[in-house]
Amino acid sequence: MADRKRVLVMGNHAVVEGAIYAGLNFYAGYPITPSTEVAEGCARELPKIGGRFIQMEDEIGSIAAVVGSSVAGAKSMTATSGPGYSLMLENIGYAYMTEVPLVVCNVQRGGPSTGLPTKVSQADTMQAKWGPHGDYTAIAVAPSTIEDTVTETIRAFNLAERFRTPVTILLDEVIAHSRAIINLPEPGEIDIYNRVKPTCSPEEFIPFEMTENLVSAMPAYGEGYRYVVTGLTHDPMGFTTNKPSEIFPKLDKLRNKIMNYREETVKIRTEQMEDAEIAFVAYGSVSRAALQAVDLARKAGVKVGMVQLYTIWPFPEKQVKELCANCRKVIVGELNMGQIVHEVRRVLPGDIEIHTLQRYDGEILTPLQLLEKLEEVL
Amino acid sequence: MATATTSEKAKQKSDIFLKYLRPRKGMPSVWCAGCGNGIVMTAIIRAIDKLGLSKDNIVMVSGIGCSSRMPIYLDFNALHTTHGRALPFATGVKFARPDLKVIVVTGDGDALAIGGNHFIHACRRNIDITAILINNNIYGMTGGQGSPTTPSAAFSTTTPYGNAEKHFDPSALAAASGASYVARSTVYHATAMEKLIGEAISHRGFSLVEAVSNCHTYYGRLNRQGDPVTMINSFKEKSVQVTKAKKMSPEELKGKIVIGKLHEVDTTEFCDVYQSTVDRLDGRK
Repeated sequence: MADRKRVLVMGNHAVVEGAIYAGLNFYAGYPITPSTEVAEGCARELPKIGGRFIQMEDEIGSIAAVVGSSVAGAKSMTATSGPGYSLMLENIGYAYMTEVPLVVCNVQRGGPSTGLPTKVSQADTMQAKWGPHGDYTAIAVAPSTIEDTVTETIRAFNLAERFRTPVTILLDEVIAHSRAIINLPEPGEIDIYNRVKPTCSPEEFIPFEMTENLVSAMPAYGEGYRYVVTGLTHDPMGFTTNKPSEIFPKLDKLRNKIMNYREETVKIRTEQMEDAEIAFVAYGSVSRAALQAVDLARKAGVKVGMVQLYTIWPFPEKQVKELCANCRKVIVGELNMGQIVHEVRRVLPGDIEIHTLQRYDGEILTPLQLLEKLEEVL
Repeated sequence: MATATTSEKAKQKSDIFLKYLRPRKGMPSVWCAGCGNGIVMTAIIRAIDKLGLSKDNIVMVSGIGCSSRMPIYLDFNALHTTHGRALPFATGVKFARPDLKVIVVTGDGDALAIGGNHFIHACRRNIDITAILINNNIYGMTGGQGSPTTPSAAFSTTTPYGNAEKHFDPSALAAASGASYVARSTVYHATAMEKLIGEAISHRGFSLVEAVSNCHTYYGRLNRQGDPVTMINSFKEKSVQVTKAKKMSPEELKGKIVIGKLHEVDTTEFCDVYQSTVDRLDGRK
């Protein structure tokens, strides 16, 4: 570990470090606060390693170029914030339908609309799940520190490539603009997953084949496998269909390729949950405040712990249910009017009291506020 | 003997088309009988066949609309995308794989209304993409609504009392926005169109071929312009070669379709310039 590169970076640059570690070689984006440093970092770093950076005319064009590059074989991403993410939704939906791996980093800021460009928020939690129209299954991860922004970005790429699907990194402004000295992972220290390529001949190739794990092999354009990529509902050959007998399997594939293997998507951190009677459930920057609140409360003899969600979608319901099984009370802290709390409420039995602590004024939740809430519900 | 030669020629022609039509995808197409899209598609096929390009190295990208169905019918790498977004998708493909030939097929609504911003920026960037814009002055797939090229006073289902708006000239817009090759043809001039498409594909930089076409089903019917043959013949009557047009006054050119190579400049191409930066920075970390 002595060889690990130590760097002083801000959260947005940690995204760039993680992405390049994961094999990023294409970035298309449009400037938007508080995500712009991701684009600036990619503009600076990608040409040095033979990658490509392009500033598009808007966010719609950005995500379109990202999809196009991924189909052409690139590992590709974009970064934006709430307003830009909203503009990207249609083509994120296109990527769900066409099963194109890519990563979108949404550095959340206050909304709705132009809202609070320089202030923190976690109000896009549900947008990352339900944003595009239609039925599909979303994957979203949420880093909480500069260091785990690197590892979560790598994980986002691995999940995108593993499941052939878009993955959203839900960063928030506090992490994005904080700076820290961190250790970068050494080359080879973290496994990198690359999309499965076809091994059959082009004549035998079935572009959206119902394989055992429902993830189809994906060639790059120019490799001799000429096939149709379309946002219209299609059969395994990629041809458009209106037949119910072909629509069901396609939409089931989009869901089941992820939900049948959802354990692979789960990442959770627990803190002092072994004997906890009360649990904080948190993600993103709030989990850092919760961590300190747990520490302080324990010193005062309160049996409290924390469940931190690195994976937001699919919601790790089995884990949250098991971890909170022995708690009397759960406090869900979020920088929104209450989004993930609905999931927590859905999965926990009715005899566990669920309390909320929400801020949506552009400010962070502090450890003190979490302690006050804890005192209130004790 | 003469008949044998004619039928032999016809067979050769259909053999070329069969070589480029996607196997395992049955016709008919979604296009109405007599639609100009088929003429443009065969012009593209002949141009590509003459250039001797490998099908594996061609990516055909489209958005939404009647013309945008073309990549599904042709045996290239096909990317049938969302409405108006074909050019940024194509930009991603080309920039990631500059060795591939990227051809965008689009319509007047797709390219100039919902995709208008992408259109001017793709031109400005001068990225090596060939866009073939089939201009039939109307939205066909959704049933005959006015488009950015519907002429003033013309009828459509959304301009039932005559179009109050002015229209775009797609070729002039492309040239003004920085496209380095711009040509216009009509579905009457199928052979000339083939030649211009061939030139456009060979050109390094952003190229546009505006293919003026007939939507007799909606535009023709609503504006009393007759059947496909009548409409296509009217393109012949209205067309003026660019060399001749240069000697004509604006009054004389009113209502005319200027055809031929309209604009060509020798300038640097986006991917090439970026690659020179990559080469310059190689290894600098």
